[in-house]
Amino acid sequence: MSGGVAFRAALLVALTATLLFLTVPLVAIFVDAGPAELMRSLGEPGAREALLLSLETTLTALLVIVVIGAPAAYLLATRSFRGRSMVITLVELPLVLPPAVAGIALLAALGPQGVLGGLVEGAGVDLVFETAGVVVALVFVAAPFFLSQAQAAFAAVDRSLLEASRTLGASEAVTFVRVVVPTALPGLASGVALAWGRALGEFGATLIFAGSLAGVTRTTPLAIYAFVATDLDAALALAAVLIAVSGALLLSVKLVAGRRGPLVAWR
Amino acid sequence: MRFAPCSSLAAALALALIGCGGGGEPGAGQKPELTVSAAASLTEALGTYAEQFPPARVRLSFAGSDELAAQIRRGVKPDVFAAANTDLPQELAREGLVEPPVVFATNTLVLAVPAGSDIDSLDDLVAPGRRLVIGAPSVPVGKYTRKVLARLGPERARRILAGVRSEEPDVKGVVAKVAGGAADAGFVYRTDALAAGDRVRAIALPARLKPDGSYGVAVVKGSSQARVAQQYVSGLRSGAGARALREAGFGAPPP
Repeated sequence: MSGGVAFRAALLVALTATLLFLTVPLVAIFVDAGPAELMRSLGEPGAREALLLSLETTLTALLVIVVIGAPAAYLLATRSFRGRSMVITLVELPLVLPPAVAGIALLAALGPQGVLGGLVEGAGVDLVFETAGVVVALVFVAAPFFLSQAQAAFAAVDRSLLEASRTLGASEAVTFVRVVVPTALPGLASGVALAWGRALGEFGATLIFAGSLAGVTRTTPLAIYAFVATDLDAALALAAVLIAVSGALLLSVKLVAGRRGPLVAWR
Repeated sequence: MRFAPCSSLAAALALALIGCGGGGEPGAGQKPELTVSAAASLTEALGTYAEQFPPARVRLSFAGSDELAAQIRRGVKPDVFAAANTDLPQELAREGLVEPPVVFATNTLVLAVPAGSDIDSLDDLVAPGRRLVIGAPSVPVGKYTRKVLARLGPERARRILAGVRSEEPDVKGVVAKVAGGAADAGFVYRTDALAAGDRVRAIALPARLKPDGSYGVAVVKGSSQARVAQQYVSGLRSGAGARALREAGFGAPPP
């Protein structure tokens, strides 16, 4: 009997410790800054500029990720072919790469002296030191989050629905748009939210590949880093906004997933 | 800012995360542990010196000097703070956070270009489309760069700075952009250009721009290793530290 009580007490202590450790630093940011200072600091041009740039670049990156990623994930989820698991592993690899590695890899591939640098230049595109480069970095690090979620969501679509659609004379493309995507929507939405969250917090790959210049490449995380030394209040204010937005995204994932049973696990 | 208990709580957490806690792990030997927060440009020299400092096991934490100063202001307590200028340690000393600083080395601002570059002087920077990378205004290298360029006169400085495509949070970021060929040129310390080896060529700046800058070091107040920290600082001015600094290309401090 008493052993059971002790075990339950240990569980409770572990959860309390976990919760405190993970939340106190986040709460401290809000307490430390104070609402009045938060509002004042957010009014500063550098802060607003960074937030707008973050919004612009993450939304562009999401658009690219969804438009190209959804069909790609559908193929991976519904067809079996040789080397499929290899392809899935390759696609998921950026998930586990340190951001600095992602930045160096992008530079080695698409930088002016990179293996594809001539191609990029020939196309008249500038990536390094440009907003477009930030988008490329964001797509690289955030796409795997969407891909693995979307793949799981597509795989979970009931096959009999597809057959019914086909029996009724719909082509595969029409079935994809009319049946598959709406059915998989909760999973796709949580994939979008996770990818967005990852993109919003991106730092290392952006700094190494695209650089840091106000209004061009200095997204919110880079601005926070730049502000830490000179204007801590502004850094705290931006951090608070980032926490609030990321928290809202995570919550929306839970809500969407909660409607359709447990969130499909992403490895 | 106004909630002192929470500030110190945040500082304690930062301390735990950054690992500048000082205090040796049990079983790490009898040697005390000395935590040195140092400017990124000191990476090579202090790495060498750490192996030649018998009194303590030296733990080095490198970042932009401004970043390190901000950490100290937030309650992170290394034993020694070595900055890439004298302003930051002097400011901290005035705030009562560190002991009076001393100059321990000098360094020279140079124009770094990729090895195969056709750039030979400041004049070549004004060409359209030049991608220039400098330090952020808050880091010493960025401050020096702006100060030195200002001596060219406002018009020329403005035309050169118009090519700035990235303001890096520390000097190593500038070197990396130049060494990787992402940037056409960057302003860095001579020692950083040397450390980058064959990939980077350093172009000296005209002497009339007075590109020399001093590095300041101070023992952090409240250090539990104050005596060893003082020994470490002395060694930077004369001894193994000074030798390592000269080897890396730093100039001697004024006597």
